[in-house]
Amino acid sequence: MTVHQPGTLREALDLIAGKPEAVPVAGATDLLVHWPARVAEHDRDYVDLSRIAELKAIAFRNGELMLGALATYWDVIHAGRMKEGFPLLVAAARQVGAVQIQARGTWAGNIVNASPAADGVPVLMAYDAVVVLASRAGQEEVPLDRFYTGYKQTRRRPDQLVVAIRIPWRAHDVAVFEKVGGRRAQAIAKVGLAIAHSAAGWRVVAASVAPTVRRCTAIERLLTDGTPVRGPDDLHPAIERDVTPIDDLRSTAAYRKTVMARLLYDDLRGVCPAFS
Amino acid sequence: MITLAFTLNGAPATVEIDPADRLLDVLRERLGLTGTKEGCGEGECGACTVWLDGLPVNSCLVPAYQVRGARVHTVESLDPAALEPLLVHGATQCGACTPGVAMTACWIVGHPEILASHSLRELLAGNLCRCTGYDGIVAGVQAALDAGARA
Ligand SMILES: Cc1cc2nc3c(=O)[nH]c(=O)nc-3n(C[C@H](O)[C@H](O)[C@H](O)COP(=O)(O)OP(=O)(O)OC[C@H]3O[C@@H](n4cnc5c(N)ncnc54)[C@H](O)[C@@H]3O)c2cc1C
Ligand code: FES
Ligand code: FES
Repeated sequence: MTVHQPGTLREALDLIAGKPEAVPVAGATDLLVHWPARVAEHDRDYVDLSRIAELKAIAFRNGELMLGALATYWDVIHAGRMKEGFPLLVAAARQVGAVQIQARGTWAGNIVNASPAADGVPVLMAYDAVVVLASRAGQEEVPLDRFYTGYKQTRRRPDQLVVAIRIPWRAHDVAVFEKVGGRRAQAIAKVGLAIAHSAAGWRVVAASVAPTVRRCTAIERLLTDGTPVRGPDDLHPAIERDVTPIDDLRSTAAYRKTVMARLLYDDLRGVCPAFS
Repeated sequence: MITLAFTLNGAPATVEIDPADRLLDVLRERLGLTGTKEGCGEGECGACTVWLDGLPVNSCLVPAYQVRGARVHTVESLDPAALEPLLVHGATQCGACTPGVAMTACWIVGHPEILASHSLRELLAGNLCRCTGYDGIVAGVQAALDAGARA
């Protein structure tokens, strides 16, 4: 195994341009799970990003929040103005693993790991986050809701690093994060939901109910149109269009759809006049 | 092999490591600090908790090469007297989880301001215990906090 520890982004991009098979390492909370048993991965090349100071920034500027690729959950929980400006980020970060994971895990790692059950991705997507990718050839920005192309598939090329996440700063009158897991801490979501409303419209994002975290555009349209909803059952036709959950070791498809309808109904009844 | 220099329990340490070593392996096998335990090897149980630059982390998930130049504290650095309230309140039975629990507990006691935004149970959620049912752990940490506030 070879580890490269570039000190600057420039060096890191040069490295992966020449070795696109090299694996970037941030907090390693995904990469090192059961590490001694992952023998095949011990032979690979790794590019450790942890020395690159320019990736650590968290900045509020020009009407947006910029999270550097090394920003952790713990950084966001404790950053000033975060609770007021981006409460969904704080709410989701506090539900990731436990403190030991929050202290190490990065938002960029959560995005690139591409788990359909991720907790960081749904709230970022509900805030219209944009993924900033860089390679030696230049910079590219991909809206997070277009970043995933299939289960564990993303638009990131192997010679690209996520360098930052940009999130527009908007006033939201609805901002809800829900995670239903086997227990309150240290659990992977059976259903995750992020709901936000601002001048830009409704965003409803679901996790663990499709091959990728995804926006629920049929639900969003129903909310925009003010379609009357008299109970969780009225949401099922839209849910059927938006998500394709599976039965797996954590839950069943039927349970996930039922829970999703009830969460949506409970969360929106107080805030949407069309919900009665 | 690569040479790793960092600050361990307040003193400079230099050790030869394999790039594939986890911090947990370096502490236990190369430096002989076996107080840090491996429970699950997947970040769930917290038995391997150490402080990295002052924050509790799972040493089973930290690539050793990442601690170059960093400050690491292990359970060996704790003052035994500080653990007295944990013993008195039944925070330990079989002891498998105890080194990790002690690291998280002493971190909380050292940073009581964090309780303004977090509950003890939320902060301790990354340390699994099969024996105590947690009430003893929470009571022990609370007693340690109370003792700290009186001191
Ligand atoms: C016990 C435990 C509990 C967990 N609980 C949760 C949970 O509740 N919710 C949740 O969502 N996740 C959870 N996770 C998963 C994990 O902690 C998160 O996905 C975390 O955000 C990953 O970030 P990292 O920096 O540790 O990533 P790494 O492990 O360092 O990397 C993850 C992936 O992203 C790539 N990568 C990282 N940074 C970049 C970059 N800048 N550019 C390009 N590629 C990059 C890596 O190559 C790798 O493929 C848990 C993990 C553990 C072990
Ligand atoms: S051994 Fe590291 S968390 Fe269980
Ligand atoms: S005392 Fe036995 S696991 Fe905690």
